[in-house]
Amino acid sequence: MLEQLEGSRAVARTVALCRPEVIPAYPISPQTHIVEALSAMVKSGELAPCEFVNVESEFGAMSVAIGASATGARSYTATSSQGLLYMAEALYNASGLGLPIVMTVANRAIGAPINIWNDHSDSMSQRDSGWIQLYVESNQEAVDTHILAFRLAEELSLPVMVCMDGFILTHAYERIDLPSAEQVDGFLPAYEPRQVLDPAEPVTIGALVGPEAFTEVKYLAHVKQMQALDLIPELSRELSGVLGREQDGLLRRYRCEDAETIVVALGSVLGTIEDAVDELRERGVSIGAVGLKAFRPFPLEDVRAALGHAARVIVIEKALALGIGGIVSQNVRIAIAGSAAHVYTVIAGLGGRPITAASVCRLYEDAAAERLQPLTFLDLNSELVERELERTRARRRSGPHAENMLRDVGVVAAGPV
Amino acid sequence: MATRPIKFYQVGSHAAGNRLLDPELRSVAADPNRSNAITKGHRACQGCGEALGARYALDAAMRATGGQLIAANATGCLEVFSTPYPESSWQMPWLHSLFGNAPAVATGIAAALKAKGRSDVRVVGQGGDGGTVDIGLACLSGMFERNDDVLYICYDNEAYMNTGVQRSGSTPPAARTMTTQAVGEEPGNVFGQGKSMPRIAMAHEIPYVATATVADLRDLEAKVERAMEMRGARYLHVLVTCPLGWSCEASATIEVARLAKETGLFPVFEAIDGEVSSVSKIRRRRPVEEYLELQGRYKHLFKPTRREDVLAHIQAIADRNIERYGLL
Amino acid sequence: MDLKTRLHVGWIYTRLQEDFTERSARTAMFQIRIHGRGGQGVVTAAELLSLAAFREDRHAQAFPSFGSERTGAPVVSFCRIDDHEIRTREPVSEPDALIVQDPTLLHQVDVFGGLRSDGYVLINSTRSFDELGLGEWTQGFHHERLLTVPAWDICRRHIGQMRPNAALLGGLAALTAVVSLESVTQAIESRFAGNLAEGNVAAARACFEHVIAARQVYVDA
Repeated sequence: MLEQLEGSRAVARTVALCRPEVIPAYPISPQTHIVEALSAMVKSGELAPCEFVNVESEFGAMSVAIGASATGARSYTATSSQGLLYMAEALYNASGLGLPIVMTVANRAIGAPINIWNDHSDSMSQRDSGWIQLYVESNQEAVDTHILAFRLAEELSLPVMVCMDGFILTHAYERIDLPSAEQVDGFLPAYEPRQVLDPAEPVTIGALVGPEAFTEVKYLAHVKQMQALDLIPELSRELSGVLGREQDGLLRRYRCEDAETIVVALGSVLGTIEDAVDELRERGVSIGAVGLKAFRPFPLEDVRAALGHAARVIVIEKALALGIGGIVSQNVRIAIAGSAAHVYTVIAGLGGRPITAASVCRLYEDAAAERLQPLTFLDLNSELVERELERTRARRRSGPHAENMLRDVGVVAAGPV
Repeated sequence: MATRPIKFYQVGSHAAGNRLLDPELRSVAADPNRSNAITKGHRACQGCGEALGARYALDAAMRATGGQLIAANATGCLEVFSTPYPESSWQMPWLHSLFGNAPAVATGIAAALKAKGRSDVRVVGQGGDGGTVDIGLACLSGMFERNDDVLYICYDNEAYMNTGVQRSGSTPPAARTMTTQAVGEEPGNVFGQGKSMPRIAMAHEIPYVATATVADLRDLEAKVERAMEMRGARYLHVLVTCPLGWSCEASATIEVARLAKETGLFPVFEAIDGEVSSVSKIRRRRPVEEYLELQGRYKHLFKPTRREDVLAHIQAIADRNIERYGLL
Repeated sequence: MDLKTRLHVGWIYTRLQEDFTERSARTAMFQIRIHGRGGQGVVTAAELLSLAAFREDRHAQAFPSFGSERTGAPVVSFCRIDDHEIRTREPVSEPDALIVQDPTLLHQVDVFGGLRSDGYVLINSTRSFDELGLGEWTQGFHHERLLTVPAWDICRRHIGQMRPNAALLGGLAALTAVVSLESVTQAIESRFAGNLAEGNVAAARACFEHVIAARQVYVDA
């Protein structure tokens, strides 16, 4: 049913339709509206049977989810940024134990410096935690993908992270087609665990594994992620049928056929990029876009097929591997190894800096004119950086970098308005 | 069940004969049909107080719940020696997640059971002192604050034993550990504020808090049974001798634990809703020296010179406990 | 409103619709930026506007320029309205219309930045553009599209509160016809209840009529 509502609220209502039984939650901007909405639904009895547990930290949240999931309960939580890091140990534990927990990550930058706005540094930092990672472009996709996530997690016995851009999606009010309970029930059956703590059939879960078998356990986890490469498209097709709405599967192609230049990105920026592609196409430019939905597992074959013929690949990413460069672009390069394509890494949108269609167009122009560097920081204020470096050269006690630069910029928040 | 003090006249041993009791008052451990929640074959050290305490506590809990019990275990000695790959000595559903999250995992299990309408199945969370009073404290406090339906048992051997005897928040003053070594002007652990987990639990005013030692196993069983009659957050703090870490004879496990109580250094009591409700009195009071002398971790208080100042300071702690709890 | 005035209002409204249709032919998307201070319901205003558009079966996207919550600090929210799916997520840098809920922002924050030359501006103030010291700035814009409305007075009268966020949307409807007054009042009623809904609806209507009357001056001139 079509409704005009906030992204967070749409996600909460959809998660509720997925019948979670235990929801542990700890607040952190910008995920708060999701868990607040769920808490109200549980408290009013609208979502039942369900236990909403107000935990004392994100580490507590994931730990409660672990206990609940191991007891056969469908478990869900949400977090962002620092909260994701705080539960890092538990993330690895959940995936290592094969518990099908679903979690929304409302993508937000990781400090220091503290920053509450969107980028992908949080989920990217946990890309190797063994969780499946799915990135959504819109709130409609967020809604649909959560339903997919529960089914995917439970079929594979692996936890799944649904990543949606904090504030940009979570706090946007837009038109969303919410599924019905019948539709969700038709796609998502009751959780049937592969392993469960049950006095009737006692098992030991979480034993020590030595050198004799650790490799095999890890290999199996890798195999399961690879199985997701087939399962995600399969379940997406099934979900498309149930919802009457095409689901993207592992990735999304936009006007890529014969595109000489292809822009690759994850998340909400794809909407802006598609607008830029349309604008450039109208000017006669051969350009398209690929939106990666599944980042873990990384769909090497599909990416290779989508980018195969392009001469230029511009990867726009909202996180970076400090000391080397792009994260997504590294993975993309592996996918198209051997191809003659030029791959450009563009780090953009860090800490919530807006990415405009105009900037994307300029990137293309720079690439076409062979002005674009292999690694670019979009809209970087080089002078600001240079002045700070000058300060550090002038004095040993030059002061904190962030505060110096903020003072330089002017205390009013940066941004176009 | 109410405890009934029974006088035994014995020579040379503290073994209490179960055959002198009515069958229904006998200890769980005496029952050949006990659950053996931790069955034999585990790899605990000779004389391990934790293995002894956990065995008694869990079998008592299993009996009290008719076997409808699930355990969440923190990383530590108990977890390690009970699940030596590829074996497990657990004969009950058991989950080990991380070091600092056993209370939260237990909360999750209880929440799942509640959501599924299976509140007949009960939950025990357990860990050592490290996992409980240090790294697990936030999760434990959260569990108390929410009054989650979990019995949490801390097996306190007063240091991070499994990793090689390092100091924890529970390590008593002057005790030698690998990170509070017996060197310098103040050898051993510092005289800090201490961290009384039972008192912290009482400050949360949870339904039931109790302390016990492996010297009085019948008492430990009774407290577990009493705890399992209640709902909500319950906390049991058990002093468990570690012959390796404390450097005492493996055969002295029970004797050392008894002396901890009899000197007043480890008060044994119960508290209901945050108020002390019963106290296990000292039978024959001993000076702290008699307890400390048995353990190599306090050797430096006696050799090469007697540290009267430190001994007096420790004695003062015992005296204070005795007065505070009315142990005499 | 008497019949004669009502007919006149209707005629003006039709003129506005034509105005709007003409621009719609160029670019379907209409972008609004709302300025105010924390606590004045700036974000809610954008959401209500999007709800109004939704009721007309159109696509609308509303979002704030995000920041830590702090009462009194300058806040901006955005709304895009279009006939088809809105994909872009960047902030609105070239608004078609501006609403300024708090006139104390006028010389503190660059509220007019990026405004299109054929854009609309609605400022909550009892004073005119000239009186606000903006006379010179209005060169290059369509004068009849730049209006002030005494929203605080209207709200005090109809709601008893000085939160003009919903009321100003009535003014926006009159000024731009991007949504109808009916849609605005329905949106208000779906979000608020009881006296608050009634009061805001009345205030929105009053702002609508004020703007119509003000535009009439230009039409007659």
